[in-house]
Amino acid sequence: MTGVNDDVPAGGRELLRVEGVTKSFPGVRALDGVDLALRAGEVHVLLGENGAGKSTLIKMLAGAHRPDEGRLVVDGAEVTVRSAQDAERLGIATIHQEFNLVPGLTVAENIFLGRQPRTALGLVDRRAMRARAAELLARVRLGVSPAAPVAGLGIAQLQMVEIAKALSLDARVLIMDEPTAVLTSEEVATLFGIVRELRADGVGVIFITHHLEEIAALGDRVTVLRDGRSVAEVPATTPEDDLIRLMVGRDIAEQYPRRAPEEPGAPLLRVRGLGRRSGRGGGRPVFADIGFEVRAGEVVGLAGLVGAGRTEVARALFGVDRYDTGTVEVDGRELAPGDVRAAMRAGLGLVPEDRKSQGLLLDAPLRDNLTLARLDQDTRGGLVDRRAQRRAAAEVAGRLKVRMSGLEQPARTLSGGNQQKIVIGKWLLAGARLLILDEPTRGVDVGAKVEIYQLVNELTAAGCAVLMISSDLPEVLGMSDRVLVMAQGRLVGELAGEEATQDAVMELAVRSAGGVENESAMEGSDVG
Amino acid sequence: MSAEVLRAPGSTPGQWFVRAVLRNGPLGGLIALVVVMAVLSRDFLNGQNLLNVGVQASVTAILAFGVTFVIVSAGIDLSVGSVAALSATVVAWAATKEGLPVWVAVLLGLAVGAVAGLLSGALVAYGRLPAFIATLAMLSVGRGLALVISGGSPIAFPSSVSRLGDTLGGWLPVPVLVMIAAGLVAALVLARTYTGRAMFAIGGNEEAARLSGIDVKKRKLVVYALSGLFAAVAGIVLAARLTSAQPQAAVGYELDAIAAVVIGGASLSGGSGKASGTLIGALILAVLRNGLNLLSVSAFWQQVATGLVIALAVLLDTLRRRSAR
Repeated sequence: MTGVNDDVPAGGRELLRVEGVTKSFPGVRALDGVDLALRAGEVHVLLGENGAGKSTLIKMLAGAHRPDEGRLVVDGAEVTVRSAQDAERLGIATIHQEFNLVPGLTVAENIFLGRQPRTALGLVDRRAMRARAAELLARVRLGVSPAAPVAGLGIAQLQMVEIAKALSLDARVLIMDEPTAVLTSEEVATLFGIVRELRADGVGVIFITHHLEEIAALGDRVTVLRDGRSVAEVPATTPEDDLIRLMVGRDIAEQYPRRAPEEPGAPLLRVRGLGRRSGRGGGRPVFADIGFEVRAGEVVGLAGLVGAGRTEVARALFGVDRYDTGTVEVDGRELAPGDVRAAMRAGLGLVPEDRKSQGLLLDAPLRDNLTLARLDQDTRGGLVDRRAQRRAAAEVAGRLKVRMSGLEQPARTLSGGNQQKIVIGKWLLAGARLLILDEPTRGVDVGAKVEIYQLVNELTAAGCAVLMISSDLPEVLGMSDRVLVMAQGRLVGELAGEEATQDAVMELAVRSAGGVENESAMEGSDVG
Repeated sequence: MSAEVLRAPGSTPGQWFVRAVLRNGPLGGLIALVVVMAVLSRDFLNGQNLLNVGVQASVTAILAFGVTFVIVSAGIDLSVGSVAALSATVVAWAATKEGLPVWVAVLLGLAVGAVAGLLSGALVAYGRLPAFIATLAMLSVGRGLALVISGGSPIAFPSSVSRLGDTLGGWLPVPVLVMIAAGLVAALVLARTYTGRAMFAIGGNEEAARLSGIDVKKRKLVVYALSGLFAAVAGIVLAARLTSAQPQAAVGYELDAIAAVVIGGASLSGGSGKASGTLIGALILAVLRNGLNLLSVSAFWQQVATGLVIALAVLLDTLRRRSAR
């Protein structure tokens, strides 16, 4: 490894400068005068909470958004990045969290997509393409054939293919959006090695991560974003506590305003021996032997690593997926398995982890989105009472303080936090008494986050209950009255009160995962 | 943008016209087309001719109302032309050849249409076939059955049902009345019924609809059954106009119906669509054909013009939506 020069201050010439950039979307100011300077041969960490404006900023550099105000400067000259092609021409490559790879094509074809080397006849020169791809793959130390189809690769390998693609573009600015979120610690080490080599070659890297320990290990400088503003530029050696303070900008205690009721009420939900195998019988267990209770007025957290089976359990409870063994009871009555409507009638509601693909009708008006789960209730004599729907939607949108231009506004145009309020509002209107919140504040700005937490308080005070799945550890710990920990499809522990600490949860989640030290797959293990 | 449109008096009539078309989408297009035809042909704006346009639009429009349901729920129905012919053939066969009472024959024809749609729906919802394939299969099966039942030749339509192709009071064509009634039913279904609202939800985001308690599979059955039922009505109206059920009738009508729906502003990716838009779409196609006939444009060139209008209409609608964002 040639690039282990952490102690040498990065001091190349300036590659890229962002000056006073502002960007507004309907109802939200995503960026508000952001400054950022990237030098050749440095790893510049972009730090900030979800909703702080990181994604908007890098999308801007990738050509997906254009700034309302401010300048982008590359090599000392002001530039406009209108498209991905513009970014490519300027030598800016971005590796997004969602990969831009075509599963049906080979590794080499993906690396050179749209830029395949041609023969004299204008046909694709496969031999040259594979040879060049092989060099690039060697550089990222990926031991797969250039002719292998991308569909068969694992997530870490896909990431390396993306990096190889960026290298093939001779990118001088490489933007990596949470590249370690889904990698094991071994894969993270490999990735760091490659990034260090790139740095030694003079590439400027903008690195987004939620894992504070990675900052000192890899970074040179850190720019902290908060509520769309760049609030500080500090060296990567800054102590973690200081970084948190910069990121959050206030005491963490008030960030999670949980007020638990004195005494929880009667059990609302009781799960016993729930289990499911993949495929049609005899597959690998997805989850097994899950048993727990949620009482009225309680918030129960479900923590664990990504892939521990939490979402699968939630979907099974709600009747979206089948289960093979066990029972789900609501108010002491057993629910029919695999029946969403029965679960809804019993008072369950699911706020799914991906609100865009599972929670919202993005192009439909808010009114339709809010009333979707109570369509049955609003239908009388075969006709839907549209006036009652409008009244109910207006009432709940007001109560949740949804920032919108009106109920006819399409859901797509709302900010993440307001979209999430719509999904939650849908279940309030359906009369749900037990809400399953799966990653309720992912991609939600700080202000809306606290509003959602306050809503959770209101609901539990009114006798409802919440089962909260979250990979954001401080959130689970801050908002739950009890925390259940899952690892590899099993419940491995329950923590309450004082004993529920980040360390205790991580210990259970990781140790029980059978030595797979996959700590990096747990987001937010950094904050607090 | 709207403020700018309000200041339109300052601009030329040409610019005003283009803006009006852009702003009002399909209706603007229809009005523009009517104005052009009225200028080009003296005979176009005559009352009798306009009623003719209505009659010509009727079968396409009734088919298209059914297809609107399917397209709103992000599906497609290629079988409606065949199902129309099959239903008409069943009515004629039952009444004329088997001597069943006419009302029984008509009910049987409607039932056959609904069942054909139900089968397509079952293939889509439970067999998980792509709607394109399932309804392509039904296109072939429906046409084949119509040929089998009729032996390949037209069957006389019962005269009492053939009145559906006549006029009321000697001037008001019944097909136009059936079209309006079907349109009102379609509008009511889309806007006010559970199934209608479910169509928009399924077409908008099927997974979100399912996770919000919409019984997606059952609704799809109903959606395709409705499409089949409307196709049966269209088939009966067509046969009534021709006074005989012809197994080879309505070939290719499914494409006109889909075109009408899309010209009317629905998106093939689902989640949007209106009965009024579909009616306008069918009228645009009918006005175009009628006008070109009056102008003695050859049938060959008419096809070219129809294609251009379909492309233009959808292009304009896309532009309009983009500017509204």
